Amino acid sequence: MLKIAVVGSGPSGFYTAEALLKSSKAEVDMLERLPVPYGLVRYGVAPDHPKLKLPATTYARTAALSGFRFVGGVTVGKDVSVEELRDAYHAVVFCCGAETDRELGIPGENLPGSHAATAFVGWYNGHPDFLQHSFDLTQEQVVIIGQGNVAADVCRILAKPVDDLRQTDIAEHALQALAESRVREIHIIGRRGPAQAKFTDKELRELGEIPQACVSLDPADLVLDPASAKEIEDPRGQTAAWNMALLREFASRPLAQARRRIHFRFLESPVALYGGQNLGGAVLEKNRLEGFPFGQRALGTGVTARLDCGLLFRSVGYKGLEMPGLPFDERRGIIPNREGRVIRDGLPLTGMYCAGWIKRGPSGIIGTNRADAVETANHLLTDMHTNASLPSKAGASVLLPMLASRGLRCTSFEDWLKIDAAEIARGAEAGKPREKFVRIKDMLDIVSHQAAA
Amino acid sequence: MATLVTDNCDLCRFTDCVTVCPMVCFHADDKMLYIDPVVCIDCGACIPVCPVRAIYEVKNLPPDKHHWIAINAERSAALPLITDKSQPLPGALERKKQLGF
Repeated sequence: MLKIAVVGSGPSGFYTAEALLKSSKAEVDMLERLPVPYGLVRYGVAPDHPKLKLPATTYARTAALSGFRFVGGVTVGKDVSVEELRDAYHAVVFCCGAETDRELGIPGENLPGSHAATAFVGWYNGHPDFLQHSFDLTQEQVVIIGQGNVAADVCRILAKPVDDLRQTDIAEHALQALAESRVREIHIIGRRGPAQAKFTDKELRELGEIPQACVSLDPADLVLDPASAKEIEDPRGQTAAWNMALLREFASRPLAQARRRIHFRFLESPVALYGGQNLGGAVLEKNRLEGFPFGQRALGTGVTARLDCGLLFRSVGYKGLEMPGLPFDERRGIIPNREGRVIRDGLPLTGMYCAGWIKRGPSGIIGTNRADAVETANHLLTDMHTNASLPSKAGASVLLPMLASRGLRCTSFEDWLKIDAAEIARGAEAGKPREKFVRIKDMLDIVSHQAAA
Repeated sequence: MATLVTDNCDLCRFTDCVTVCPMVCFHADDKMLYIDPVVCIDCGACIPVCPVRAIYEVKNLPPDKHHWIAINAERSAALPLITDKSQPLPGALERKKQLGF
């Protein structure tokens, strides 16, 4: 039986585990930094998108397969090295996602009031790493830089009436802060044109359906250059065509009184943020597009304008973090690989694999990672099958005592099920599907309390 | 609301969609695929990967294809799940060309 370590318990980790376990040739130990599983399904998917969290039900089925083990609360690269995992397992699959975000790289970026969108997402989703963050929701003017689905999530959470969030699994601290929100105007800014906005049409449509909020955009922005017009006529531009139809419908709506207003702005890039003690606003440069259909780039025109705002979120891309002991592609923010086989200096590293966002960058949606993980798992199984002289490996029988000797308190999947049940019970009191524990200590207390009882 | 497979899949059955479904909710007969609307979470992962653009979200469904909503519901309930990619049907590539893709 092959002993495989999977690092990370988000979608790509679980799809990798599923593919390996279903081959009946492997046992999988899944290592997760937090005591609880599911990665971006738990901490990335917006609380008002409960259906998109349902893939977790399929992950729980994978966890119930024979040969699966969850080891929560262990950080690979810190608590245990890549080298130690390589010694204990036949192969290691890194599914650790894109854990950090790209910066704007402009003056003023670190003014108080300028944030990574991911920090806001982690905060409202109750991620333990983001508890200390605070966001000044007394500001009336908010700018979001970027037009992808994370930008849309942030915009929607800011624009929605707080009562529409009360029956979700949003963190209680976020619900309290949002209840006091004075946000009125939200500007969502893309460096390219409306045909290049990265929203899925579904996310964009939702922004036009928020109660007590209205959408606004300059109809002149919807006049497409010839290359963009070609893009939306092409089958590859289907989502862009649907987006354009939605934006045209938004633009045709009569002006309405509303509590909050979402402004879509295109062909603008921030070149500086200004302010004193706090963020005061952004200097935006007008762009023009240059290039062939599907290869158009935004080029600055030198024309700038100021947009006052006291709160700004950047959502311009994500990248993985370098794992000590593994090669890293700094520019793309991924582990260099060929179809999931980790490569160093052009050659595959024996027994080292990757899947998901750390393999291909932050693209696609949850399901995209299933096909991606199956590709990696199939290569791994082929490689192991062709290697006739596989040594036996100790796997968890070495790893778990090693982790215990280092003072780590690891959680099992059974422990998670206890935490899960406790969260659901807490939520029921408030009419929520669950109330997450946001402190690691509180998660572990549930486990030890129940063990003692 | 859900996402559903329409007539372009008929006699193609490329099954790329099956590989990206996070819920595993595709069902198959000898000719084409169907989505179980009870299990589908409407994430849309399958829509862009279909080589013949057979899959629609209900909100983008052309009016002449509305009968496919009921067909997907009925057929998916009666047919076995398909969990992995399989070979396209013989003639799928020619049919793809005919359909203009």
